[in-house]
Amino acid sequence: MYGASFGHDRESDATSDGPEAGSDLAAQQDRFDQLIADDARIEPRDWMPEAYRKTLVRQIAQHAHSEIIGMQPEGNWITRAPSLRRKAILMAKVQDEAGHGQYLYSAVETLGTSREQVLDLLHSGRHKYSSIFNYPTLTWADMGAIGWLVDGAAIMNQVPLCRASYGPYARAMIRICKEESFHQRQGYEILHTLAHGTSAQHEMAQDAVNRWWWPSLMMFGPPDSDSSHTEQSMAWKIKRHTNDELRQKFVDACVPQAAVLGVTLPDPDLRWNEETGHYDFGPIDWSELYRVIKGDGPCNAQRLAHRVAAHDNGAWVRDAAAAYAAKQVARAASPEPAPAGAAA
Amino acid sequence: MTADGPRPRSSDWPLWEVFVRARRGLSHNHVGSLHAPDATLALQNARDVYTRRQEGVSIWVVPSDSITASSPDEKDAFFDPAADKVYRHPTFYQVPDGVQM
Repeated sequence: MYGASFGHDRESDATSDGPEAGSDLAAQQDRFDQLIADDARIEPRDWMPEAYRKTLVRQIAQHAHSEIIGMQPEGNWITRAPSLRRKAILMAKVQDEAGHGQYLYSAVETLGTSREQVLDLLHSGRHKYSSIFNYPTLTWADMGAIGWLVDGAAIMNQVPLCRASYGPYARAMIRICKEESFHQRQGYEILHTLAHGTSAQHEMAQDAVNRWWWPSLMMFGPPDSDSSHTEQSMAWKIKRHTNDELRQKFVDACVPQAAVLGVTLPDPDLRWNEETGHYDFGPIDWSELYRVIKGDGPCNAQRLAHRVAAHDNGAWVRDAAAAYAAKQVARAASPEPAPAGAAA
Repeated sequence: MTADGPRPRSSDWPLWEVFVRARRGLSHNHVGSLHAPDATLALQNARDVYTRRQEGVSIWVVPSDSITASSPDEKDAFFDPAADKVYRHPTFYQVPDGVQM
């Protein structure tokens, strides 16, 4: 949807660099810097620093992978949704995640990196995806907690990305945010229904919130003091807020929402701070995040194995589509005579 | 306009669809079409026909016969699968009074 990959232009630009390549490069860098300073968007055919391109490929691809892997924890409950209504909604949501992955892979391709390359990086474990999807979905209430907290955190992260400096990424995010808004609401609705149901249902809702709260706070990434990419990404206007700023915003939004649900957030240190105008919250166990990122979460191996198997098992579909297309081209080129048997 | 002559008429030239990016940050939008003998001239003609008042900062031209379009006759059947899925919209869900979401 963003047009073709423009990788070739990049190559021809590089080969046309003559003796004045040095001053050309400086001029291009100036122009790029000026566009960023003016809060303008960088488009695929613009010159951009290699590090900017690399950062975008890494970030957008990881974002795409998260959407694709993110289908698994929720897909787990489609067959066991408690009603046809809930099942239809859950399927629509999982379909959206697949679509969001596609928008983002297309945005990666505008940077001259193919979809096959980044899928290979995911499948071989060299690319990461959001650690939140390495947690299991144990009960139906997890569908509610994921919608409310995980999608809520994702939206908090993604809304500022609609103004990211790279045009195709920003435009993909606008579409995604628009579609995400039902995801959070349906989750909240599930939890609200459970929390106002029987005591067993209320307990189930509370248990899901207990398990998803802290991992959701970790979704914003390491604290600013430990975040290696934040400073450069903010200078390039890919990121607009730091991890800690967004995390605080998320906590502030969730506390009143939890009160209406009638569930408790599992943090004894959570309290309103009159001075700062924000909610204070307890320390996050960062060792858990790093452990899960390293591959030692409850479901890392299962998620990746399932993803690779889905890709491999789908090979015959891709092969069949290519064979059919080739056959159509061949037929159009030389209309075959009717098969001998058909005349009889 | 119906002048038949030895020169090829412009309508014999392939048709090109023109997409213009109004400004940085926006996607290219379809603005119309024109005839041109090749891509380079199509681009130049598109500039003259569609961006005389600085309507754009970037133009794409695409051969019209490269575009596969859905059939208007099949519009209903084609788009029908989305018709009964109102739950894809956030307004489908009740949010309790006072909740900011």
